[in-house]
Amino acid sequence: MMLEIKDLACGYGAQFSLSDINIKVEKGEMVGVIGPNGSGKTTLLRAITGILKPKTGTVLFNGKDIRRIGIKELSRSMAVVSQGADTGSATVEEFVLLGRAPYFGNFQFLETERDIDIAEKAMKMTDTLKLRQRPMSEMSGGERQLAVIARALAQEPKLLLLDEPTAHLDIAHQVVVLDLIRRLNKELGITIIVVLHDLNLASEYCHRIVLMNKGKVYKTGTPEEVLTYPVIETAYNTVVVVEKNPISSKPYVLVVSEEERQRKKI
Amino acid sequence: MRQRLSAWIACLLILGCLLAGVCIFSLSVGSVGISAKNIISIFFEGKNSTEYNILFNIRLPRILLGFAIGGALSLAGVISQGMFRNPLVEPYTLGISGGAALGVCLNIVLGLGHSAGLISLPLCGFIGAALVIALVYSLSRKRGTVKTQSLLLTGVMISFICSSLVMLIMAVSRAEDIHGIVFWIMGSLEEPSWGLIKLTALISVAGLFVSYIFCSDLNALSLGEEEASHLGVNVERTKLALFLLASLLTGASVAVAGIIGFVGLTIPHLVRMVLGSDHRIVLAASFLTGGIFLILCDTLARTIISPLELPVGVITGILGGSLFVYALTRTRTVLGER
Repeated sequence: MMLEIKDLACGYGAQFSLSDINIKVEKGEMVGVIGPNGSGKTTLLRAITGILKPKTGTVLFNGKDIRRIGIKELSRSMAVVSQGADTGSATVEEFVLLGRAPYFGNFQFLETERDIDIAEKAMKMTDTLKLRQRPMSEMSGGERQLAVIARALAQEPKLLLLDEPTAHLDIAHQVVVLDLIRRLNKELGITIIVVLHDLNLASEYCHRIVLMNKGKVYKTGTPEEVLTYPVIETAYNTVVVVEKNPISSKPYVLVVSEEERQRKKI
Repeated sequence: MRQRLSAWIACLLILGCLLAGVCIFSLSVGSVGISAKNIISIFFEGKNSTEYNILFNIRLPRILLGFAIGGALSLAGVISQGMFRNPLVEPYTLGISGGAALGVCLNIVLGLGHSAGLISLPLCGFIGAALVIALVYSLSRKRGTVKTQSLLLTGVMISFICSSLVMLIMAVSRAEDIHGIVFWIMGSLEEPSWGLIKLTALISVAGLFVSYIFCSDLNALSLGEEEASHLGVNVERTKLALFLLASLLTGASVAVAGIIGFVGLTIPHLVRMVLGSDHRIVLAASFLTGGIFLILCDTLARTIISPLELPVGVITGILGGSLFVYALTRTRTVLGER
C-alpha cells in the first residue's frame, strides 16, 4: 500500500473543509481526483503532503504516519506539481536542479555529477532538454508545466501528486502532459495522484477515480463506475449525457446547454 | 555546470582584486597623501612615523569597519529580500534601525555615556535593535507559524513608532543632545575602539559563513513557501534562522556605525542584475560588493570637502540611488518582474 488515508478530517481555521476521508492507493496506480470547485481536491493534496495538519485521522505513506516522516525524507519520495506555482527567474536547468535539493547535505552547495545526470534524464524524459538554457519566465504554459514535472522527477519520487497539470493548456498540450504522466506511471512505476477538472481526461488516463463533493469522498471506483450520469448529475448538479469513447471505449461526459434542455424538456 | 562554477570563481576573484584596489586607494588618499608605493615601505620601516600612524591607526580601522558593515548590510539585504520574496525589503524595513536609534537616543538624553564610557552607545543601540526584533517576531507569530507578510507589516509599523518616539525625544531634549542624535542617525564609520571594529568584522564574516548553510534553502524559497516545503525545506525553522541572522547582522552594523542607508537595498539588486538569482553566488558576491561600495563611499565622504567630513550615509544614498536608477533604466527585467 503506497498511501492510506484513514478517517481524515482537516481544514483551514475553525470549519472542517474535509471530513471522513478514507482513500487507499496501491503501488503503481494512477488515481484521478475529480469534483466540483470547492469540493476539497487541492485541500486533500495538501493534507497528503503534510502541509495541512489533520484534525483527526491519519495519512499513512508506505505504512508510516507522514507526521513521523521528516520533511526532507518525505521530499525524497513524494513530489508535488502545484497549480500555477511561481517559477522564479532561473533557467530551466537551474529550476530542474532545484529538485535535487532534498538530497543536499547541510554544507553542500554544489550539485554532484549524479545530481546533474538525474536532472538531465528528467529533462530528456519531459522533452525539455533543448530548453535548458532558457529562463523559466519566457516559457509557454505547456513548456513550463513540463519543466515543473521535470523538477518533480529530479526528486526521484515514488509518489507524484499533481494539481490540475492540464489547466490553461490547449488539447494538444493536455495530451502531451497526460501521456507523459502515464508514461512515468508505466515505465518508472511512479504512483500518481492527479487532480483533474476535465472528467474526460480523468476517464481516459486514470485507473481509478475519486469523486469529491462538499469535502467528502462521494464515490470511488473505475472510470466506468464513477462516471455515470446519475452520479455526475448529483455531484455537479448539472445535466449531462455519458457516452462511450469509440476508440478507447472509456466513458465520455457531455454537457447540455440550457437552450437544448428547455427544448427537450429535461 | 563546470562553466558556471568557473564563472563564479572568476567573479569572486575580480571582486577580490577590486576590493584590494579600493583598499589601497582609500589608504593613500586623505588630508595627507601617501602614494601606494610607499605604503609597504612605511609598514615595514616606519613604525613610529606619523605616516604609519595615519595609515594603520586612522585609515585602516575605517576601511576594515567599512568592509565589515558594507558586507553585513548587503548580506542582510539579500537574506531578507530572499526570505520575504519582496524586492523592496531592506535590512532596516523590519524596524531594527528604529529600535537601535531609540536606544541610542535614550542613551544620549539620559547621559548614560558619561558613566559607562564609549561602549555604552553601541551597546544601547544593539539592545534597542534586539528588543524590536523580539517584539516584531513575537507579534507576528500565530499558532506556531509566522506569516511573512504580517512580519513585514509589523516591522514597518514598529519602525514608524520608533522614529516617532525618537522625534519626540529630540523635541524635548537640549540642543547639544540633538546634535549628537542627528550625528549618530546620519551614520559614520568613525569608531575609536579597535575591539569593537574587530568584533563587528567577526560577526560580519561569521554571518557570511552561516548564510551559506541556507543558500539552497533560499533558492528553494524563491519559488514560494509551499513549494520550498515540497522540496524538503523546513520553512518555519529556516525563516526563523534567516530572520535572526539578518537581524544580528543589521543590529551589529547599526549599533556601531549608525544608520547607513541604501547599501542593503541596492547592492543585492545590482549583484542580481549581473549574476542572476542563484543565492550560492549572490550571497558572497553581495558581501564583497557591499564592502567595496562602503569603503569607496567612506573614502569620498572624508576627502570631498577635506578637512571637513560628510556623513557617509549621504554619499551612499546619492551614489547608490543614482547607480540603482541607472542600472534599472539599462536592464529590461526590473527587480525580477516577470
